[in-house]
Amino acid sequence: MDVVLEAFGQAARLIGSFDQKLVEIVLLSLQVSLSAVAIATVVGLPIGAGLAVGKFPGRQALVVMLNAMMGLPPVVVGLLVYLLLSRAGPLGEFGILFTPSAMVIAQTVLILPIIAALTRQAVEDAWHEYREQLTSLGARGWRAALTLVWDIRFSLITAVLAGLGRAAAEVGAVIIVGGNIDGVTRVMTTTIALETSKGDLPLALSLGVILVTLVVLLNASAQSLKQLTERRYG
Amino acid sequence: MAEAVASLANSVLPLRLEQVSFVINGRAIIDRVSLSVEAGSRTIILGPNGAGKSVLMRLCHGLLAPTSGRLAWNRPERPGERRRQAMVFQKQVMLRRSVLGNITYALKLAGVSSAERKHQAWAALERVGLTHLAKHSARVLSGGEQQRLALARAWALQPEVLFLDEPTASLDPGAAAEVERIIEAIHGAGTKIVMSTHNLGQARRLGDEVLFLHQGQLKERTGVGQFFTTPSSAEAEAFIKGELPWLYHNDAVSSLPAQRSRR
Repeated sequence: MDVVLEAFGQAARLIGSFDQKLVEIVLLSLQVSLSAVAIATVVGLPIGAGLAVGKFPGRQALVVMLNAMMGLPPVVVGLLVYLLLSRAGPLGEFGILFTPSAMVIAQTVLILPIIAALTRQAVEDAWHEYREQLTSLGARGWRAALTLVWDIRFSLITAVLAGLGRAAAEVGAVIIVGGNIDGVTRVMTTTIALETSKGDLPLALSLGVILVTLVVLLNASAQSLKQLTERRYG
Repeated sequence: MAEAVASLANSVLPLRLEQVSFVINGRAIIDRVSLSVEAGSRTIILGPNGAGKSVLMRLCHGLLAPTSGRLAWNRPERPGERRRQAMVFQKQVMLRRSVLGNITYALKLAGVSSAERKHQAWAALERVGLTHLAKHSARVLSGGEQQRLALARAWALQPEVLFLDEPTASLDPGAAAEVERIIEAIHGAGTKIVMSTHNLGQARRLGDEVLFLHQGQLKERTGVGQFFTTPSSAEAEAFIKGELPWLYHNDAVSSLPAQRSRR
């Protein structure tokens, strides 16, 4: 028990002193995960909206596949991206394996289905409600989809946050394609995994505390933003 | 409203339906309806629940495609062209924008230039008495205000024909009276009105002619006065008897107020 308490004390000191190593790891984590979320949002929102509004053969199969891909195991994504980026792989010539770029790619692949699938669901629900009115006014196709996305913009924050939560918390994909190299590709989750196995509990614990705090803060702010806008816009 | 009095050749009316049916899972919601919707008069669609009133209007407005039969406007709609028809629904759908923004959005889709949009939207709000709420979010308005906004939005499009699906169904009497006044004004400005209602008093006040639907079939089409006194079909007679029994039983006159509020 003493060991644990001592670890907590040291973790608090690490956080309080803005330990440089700690700050670097946190910043890289945020950089990687936020980049992945940004890319996945830009790509995933149109995919989700298009699937919700569009009518084409194979749509149902795509929806099923997308929903299934929400549960992709991070290690499998990591492995696939690793194979793509490795020297012998099709994208090997870029030489980005074991760099933050590779980690961004892996996390993007991981959360793109989450953001696209949640968007598809939200836009489709709205489409059921708006369809007749929008059709009556002459909004079809991409125009209707754009209107819907803008109209439920506050609900879509939830979809984006779900992606961010998944990206920030996963370890399997980034550790495979990033390699957990000290000072280069070491992020919060991979450090926690490594330091715990090494027995350096204070660093692992302090990172754990920061990670959980970040996730809670993000969700709290999203929740209050949603409530605020719901009161304002109905 | 100059466009509403467009020359006959340019008008989208009359709308002709020939043997139009709408069948779902083997059940005919609309059963071989033939009729011609002409400009001018106010047409009220009456009939019991499930008679197909809403579906008939949705077929006319192009929200549903007939499973058989032909439906043709005098001048066919071309995709991308401004629609010459509008519809107001029983349950209003407002976008998460301001009251004004909901109208400018519709005008934008109708191809009105951005310089003109604001001006026309304000004018539309003025006509329904909602200018004081222009900057409010449309979704927080009351039901009556939302229905007036829906009417303003439809009116701003200067349609030749306006379809109204039970526009006062969930409104209190005050709001319903206001909606009736606006419908009168829209008609006065030159727009053809096609409206379904459950409120027979409203049908008498607002209507010129009645289309009576029963189980998806068009049972009769008569002037409003004649419909209530001497309906030509047995179904219509039974319908009026059920809704307005005092017309047939003198001793039931005392129950008139209670009956009137019935749907």
